Amino acid sequence: MKTEEMKKLDEIMQAHNFSPNLVIAIMQDIQKEYHYLPEEHLKYIAKKLNIPEAKIYGVATFYENFSLDAKGKYIIKICDGTACHVRKSVPVLEEFRKILGVTAEKPTTDDMMFTVETVSCLGACGLAPACTVNDEVHPAMNPEKARELIKQLKEESAS
Amino acid sequence: MMKIRTRQELDQKQREYLKSLQNQKKQILVCGGTGCVAGGSLKIFAKLNEIMLEKGINCVVKLEKEPEHDSVGIKKSGCHGFCEKGPLLRIEPGGILYTKVKVEDCEEIVEKTIIGNEIVERLVYHDSNGTAYPKQDDIPFYKKQTRIALEHCGKINAESIVEYIAEGGYQAVAKALFDMTPEEIIEEITESSLRGRGGGGFPTGRKWASVLKQTEEEKYVVCNGDEGDPGAFMDRSMMEGDPHKVIEGMIIAGIATKAHHGYIYVRAEYPLAVERLSIAISKATARGLLGKNILNSGFDFDIKISQGAGAFVCGEGSALTTSIEGNRGMPRVKPPRTVEHGLFNKPTVLNNVETFCNVPPIINKGAEWYKQYGPENNHGTKAFALTGNVVNTGLIEVPMGTKLREVIFDVGGGVKDGEFKGVQIGGPSGGCLCISATENHLDLNMDFDSLKKVGAMIGSGGLVVMNHHNCMVEVARFFMQFTQNESCGKCVPCREGTKRMLELLTDITEGRGTLEHISMLEELADTISNTALCGLGKTAASPVVSTLKYFRDEYIAHVVDHKCPAGQCKALVNLVIDPDKCRGCTKCARMCPVNAITGEIKKPHTIDTQKCIKCGTCMDGCKFGAISYE
Repeated sequence: MKTEEMKKLDEIMQAHNFSPNLVIAIMQDIQKEYHYLPEEHLKYIAKKLNIPEAKIYGVATFYENFSLDAKGKYIIKICDGTACHVRKSVPVLEEFRKILGVTAEKPTTDDMMFTVETVSCLGACGLAPACTVNDEVHPAMNPEKARELIKQLKEESAS
Repeated sequence: MMKIRTRQELDQKQREYLKSLQNQKKQILVCGGTGCVAGGSLKIFAKLNEIMLEKGINCVVKLEKEPEHDSVGIKKSGCHGFCEKGPLLRIEPGGILYTKVKVEDCEEIVEKTIIGNEIVERLVYHDSNGTAYPKQDDIPFYKKQTRIALEHCGKINAESIVEYIAEGGYQAVAKALFDMTPEEIIEEITESSLRGRGGGGFPTGRKWASVLKQTEEEKYVVCNGDEGDPGAFMDRSMMEGDPHKVIEGMIIAGIATKAHHGYIYVRAEYPLAVERLSIAISKATARGLLGKNILNSGFDFDIKISQGAGAFVCGEGSALTTSIEGNRGMPRVKPPRTVEHGLFNKPTVLNNVETFCNVPPIINKGAEWYKQYGPENNHGTKAFALTGNVVNTGLIEVPMGTKLREVIFDVGGGVKDGEFKGVQIGGPSGGCLCISATENHLDLNMDFDSLKKVGAMIGSGGLVVMNHHNCMVEVARFFMQFTQNESCGKCVPCREGTKRMLELLTDITEGRGTLEHISMLEELADTISNTALCGLGKTAASPVVSTLKYFRDEYIAHVVDHKCPAGQCKALVNLVIDPDKCRGCTKCARMCPVNAITGEIKKPHTIDTQKCIKCGTCMDGCKFGAISYE
C-alpha cells in the first residue's frame, strides 16, 4: 500500500478516534472513498485498531452494504421492497441485467462501468418501482425507462 | 448562535420566533421529503428563489430574527405525506396545496399566488369526479387523518431549530426538567397507555420504569431508526421532517430514566435522515438544549448517530445494540433484557422513532388529552405507509382503531387497477387482512389488540394494498425470500428452516408443488416460530401462516390444478391474444423483447408460447385490452 493511502486511512481512523467500537463507521468511510473495501486496507485498519483480522472480515461480510469486490462507476440499485415488488420491479431488474449482460452472481460489467444490485427497501415506496443510480432516486421505473437511463448514463460518461 | 440558558429564555425565544414567523406575509413550503426530492422538488425550490430574487421580492430562506413585515418565507419542509401527487408545495396563509408542481410552473405561482392572491387552479388537487380542493386540509386524503407524531411534518422547515422552538419545541423538555420528577414522567406515559410503535406494542411506561429501577450509574437511551421493513417509511419521514421532535423525545426518556447518553441508530439507506438529524443535533447542542446542564437544570444529555450497514435483523434490540458496539449484528439469548443489559452491557431504553415522537405531545398536553384517541389500552394514533396498489400512496396518521375500510377507501382513495384483495400489514413479520370466502376484515379496527386476534400485527406500520392481480402465494414467497436473506444465521431453526420454507414456496409458484408441500410448510412454520432465537425468526412464518389461513384455495389451485388464479406465477400461466379484440395494430409484435408475437397487419396476432418469456410488456402496451393471462 502506498504511503498516501495509509495517510488517508489514518485520517479516517483519526476522525473516529481510532475507536474499535466505531469500526463499522470507519469501514463506511473507507467504502465511501473507494466504493469497496480493499483487502489490504482492512488488514491495515485491523492492525491499527488492534482487532483481529477475522473480526473485521466477519463484520465486513455480515452487512449487506459492504463489498469486498470493486464496483462499477455507476451503481444501480433496484428496489425490491414490497411496494416496488407489487408494482413490478422485477421486470425492471431483468431489463437492466439483460442490457448490461450482468447477473446476480456477476453484478458488474467487465468495463467496470455499471454494477446492478437489488436493495430491500429504499423507503421511497410512494415512487414505486424505484431505483437509484449512485444514490440519486429515479421514480416510477419500467423496462423502457431502464433502457433510456442506461443510454443516458453511457452518453454522460462518454462526454 | 445564541445559547438558551434558562427556561425563561426558552419562553422568551419562543414568543420572539413565533412573532417573526407571523410577520411573514407569505410562506412557501417546498416538500423536501425523499419522494418529492426524487421528483425534482429541490430544483423547484431553487427556481422559486431565483424568480423572487429577480422580481425583487424580499424573500427569507433562513429565519434568524425578526424579519420585515413584507417578507416571504421559503423553506424545505419534511414529507407532506401525499407522495403520489408530488412534488408538493404548501402556501401559507390559507393552507393551499399545489400538487405535481414542475419547474415551469414556478413563474406563475410567484406571479399569481405570492404577489397576487390568486390560486393556480390547474395545480390544485382534483378528485376523480373533478372536484377541486385548493386547501390541503379539505382534501379527503388529509381530512380523516389525525397528526400527532407527524404534526410538524410538512408544516415547518425541517432544518430550522428556530421554527421548532416557535411551534413550542423543547417546552416538553423544560416541563419534564422543572415541573416533574422522573416517576411523574413515567406515570404520565404509563397513564397515556403509549405502546411501542416499532411493532411489539410493549407499554413504553413500563419499559422506562424498568430502566429507572436499575441502580447502575451509566445508562443509555437508544432510538431505533433501523426501519428495515420493506414497504415502510414512517420513521424515515419523521427523522427527515421533524428531527428535533425525535431528539426531544429522547431527552425526556433520559430525564425519566436518569440516563445521560443517547444513540440514534439509522439505516444507511436513509442518507437524508442522517443529514437532517446531524444538523438538528449540532443546532440543539449549539443552543444548549443538548449537552451539559440543559437549561441550567444540572441535567446532561448527549446524542450520537450510529449508522447501520444494511442488516434487517439489526432492528431487533440486542442485535441493534451489539451493532452499535461495532460487531456483527446478531441477536443474543434473552433474558437478560435490554432494559438490564443493553448497550455496552448497561441498562438501556430502546424505543422506536415514532414512539419518541409521541412523547413530547403527551408531556405537553397530558395523558388525558392523548387518551381521547383510540380504544382502551390502544390509545393514540398510528402512522402508516400506505403503498402498493392504492390510488393515494403516501404517509398517513390515523387514530388507533380506525377501520381498514376508511384507511384504504377514504384516505387511500381506493384500490388501483383492480379489485381489493387484501393488505399485507406488518411487513415480513406480519400477516394479511383481506376479503375472502370466510372473512371480511374491511370493518376491522386497526389497533394492536384487534389485529392480534386475526393473526396479523400492526408492526411498524407498512400497509401494502394488493389487488386481484397479486398472487398471495407469490407474496408469501417474496417475504420468505426476504427473511431468508436477512436471517443472521446464528440459530438453526431460522437459518435452515426459512431456507426449506423458501424452497417449498418456490416449488409451488413454479408449478412443482404438491399437497404435501402445504403440510410441510405448516409443520415447519410451527417449529420455527416455537424454537427460533429472536423476533425475526419467530415471526418469519407469519406471512405464510396468514395467507394459508385466508387464501388456502389459492395454494390448492397452484398445487392441484397447476394454475395461478391471479396470473402472476409465470410458470403457471400463458399469455394469449383475444382474436375478437385484437385489431392487428402490430404494436405488441414491435414491443415484444423476444419476437414471440407474429401476425399480419390489421389481422389478429398470435403469441408463440414456446418463445414467450411472459414478461407482460405486450399486455401493458395493448390499447385494446386484447392480451391477458389464460
